[in-house]
Amino acid sequence: MTAADPVIETRDLRVELGGNRILDGVDLVVHAGEWVTVIGPNGAGKSTFLGAVTGLVPATGDAYLLGRDVRRMRHRERARLVASVAQSPVVPPGVTVLDYVLLGRTAHIPRFGRESAADLDVVHDVLVRLELHAFTGRVLTTLSGGELQRVFLARALAQQARLLLLDEPTSALDIGHQQEVLDLVDALRRDHELTVLTTMHDLSITGAYADRVVLLAGGRVVADGTPREVITEAALATHYQARVRVIDTGDGPLVVPIRAR
Amino acid sequence: MVKPADRDAPARQVPVRVPLRPARLRPVWLVVGLLAVVGSLVVGVSVGPVTLPLTGVARELVSLLPWVDLDSGLSERQQALLLELRLPRVVLGLLVGGLLALAGACYQGVFRNPLADPHLLGVAAGAGLGVTAVITLRRSGGGAATGALPFATPLAAFVGAITAVAMTYALASRGGDRAPSTLILSGVAVSAFLAAGQTFLMQRDADAIREVYSWLLGRLGTAGWRDVLLVLPYAVVTAAVVLLHRRDLDVLSVGDAEASALGLDPQRTRYLLTAAASLGTAAAVSVSGLIGFVGIIVPHTVRLLAGVGYRTILPVSALVGGAFLVLADLVARTAAAPAEVPIGVVTAFLGAPFFVLVLRTSAVARS
Repeated sequence: MTAADPVIETRDLRVELGGNRILDGVDLVVHAGEWVTVIGPNGAGKSTFLGAVTGLVPATGDAYLLGRDVRRMRHRERARLVASVAQSPVVPPGVTVLDYVLLGRTAHIPRFGRESAADLDVVHDVLVRLELHAFTGRVLTTLSGGELQRVFLARALAQQARLLLLDEPTSALDIGHQQEVLDLVDALRRDHELTVLTTMHDLSITGAYADRVVLLAGGRVVADGTPREVITEAALATHYQARVRVIDTGDGPLVVPIRAR
Repeated sequence: MVKPADRDAPARQVPVRVPLRPARLRPVWLVVGLLAVVGSLVVGVSVGPVTLPLTGVARELVSLLPWVDLDSGLSERQQALLLELRLPRVVLGLLVGGLLALAGACYQGVFRNPLADPHLLGVAAGAGLGVTAVITLRRSGGGAATGALPFATPLAAFVGAITAVAMTYALASRGGDRAPSTLILSGVAVSAFLAAGQTFLMQRDADAIREVYSWLLGRLGTAGWRDVLLVLPYAVVTAAVVLLHRRDLDVLSVGDAEASALGLDPQRTRYLLTAAASLGTAAAVSVSGLIGFVGIIVPHTVRLLAGVGYRTILPVSALVGGAFLVLADLVARTAAAPAEVPIGVVTAFLGAPFFVLVLRTSAVARS
């Protein structure tokens, strides 16, 4: 592994589930520090792609993390390189914010051991950074959607991985909380030199945050470039069957749906 | 858009260190568990048709410790009653109760299912079929095979237990329904199937029926220290494996996909812990028959009182489970004295209503 290795590299990645071809040969290279957002219509294979990149979804073809074959990594090794937040994470009953975030240290805690003072320091910093320090003893099920999303993010950050995968991180949030979470991810990315790979449905939000957008359709990459290059009226018409107007705001493309007459 | 710097400002102003108390085992709960064990032990050996003086019993027990020499004041007859009859029975109760409670807590974590229990999963029925097979085999096989049989019983129970839990899990996993009751209904089906096999084996040998029935209803053996020595190695292995993986059960609570992303191999962990819990169940069943509901009552009570972390639930359940079964045995011995009620009847009387309570609360939690 060298510094020049891309953080993610896939070659001809294919996934078949129950006879359906979900990914049909995806080639993608993501470099350190990038924020790449995968977009695409429902069923395009966005979540499956995230799973295949981390080896959680069985795939053929190649997937490398920092130059190493993801399928040859042990669970612990991999968890130190890549942290992820699922689309709708499981909320275990009765568990407090602190204990939940501490689960993020699993790959760092020796097997059969318990968390060290250093692990608690990491978790403390994450909790403070995400302004969750007042919530440490709260049970997860008593939190609001926005608070919960920050807790999920906190657990991923406690993993201290260089790559952060977020599957629809804002789908359950109102626009204010969407912005809050994504600003936070952006700030963390700068401070900790993280590489961020997300999937997203909201294209205007995508345009505002991602450096690079990858459009997935029918299990293939059909467009890859800056938000302005990828999020176009033509592309959305072809792949989403959507009638939209795309307005360039200077901050990123703004996607406005047009009502059928 | 809010600039990153603005968001940083409030966080960096937090000067104090927030105290963090992770869900480790707190010493107070360990002490409570140990007190329960010691208390149940002293009461368990003192009470019976002949009541032994409590202080004498306490002194006698203390004098059993190495480098302690105390005169208990008990007569020789009382000493024999204590050391050869009651103490092994109580120690067996501690081991069996501890194993059943530990196995129950472990299954609940492994299957992420509050209703999981050695009996409701069919594990005990599988172990029962194994033991019945050995009993009928011993009767028909005669002397030649008998030599190896004391150790064959737990082994056959283990094979039956593992087969049963595999069947239950496979049945419940089809269709992808993750409702807790699906797993339990599969367990009921598997139990019924295996119990039918057991009845079939029993009916082929009329003499075996009595022996199997007296064992089936659950009893703590009066075979002195032999049963204790039989179950002890299995108890040690089960407890060691399960307790070493106590943190992994907390990680599994977020589901397989997320546990895997956190750095745990969920399948391997599940297989290993299921095998360990089934081994413990098999050992318990092979010496004491079918004693139900311990694996439900004890872990849930501990969870309610001491917290949801498995690092607390597992060790405390093992201790409290042992104490619980010793007291249940006390009720079984004294409630209809001089006759003895099967201990499985006592635990079922307590456990069935408790099960309904857990069923209701878990249904509420899901909706």
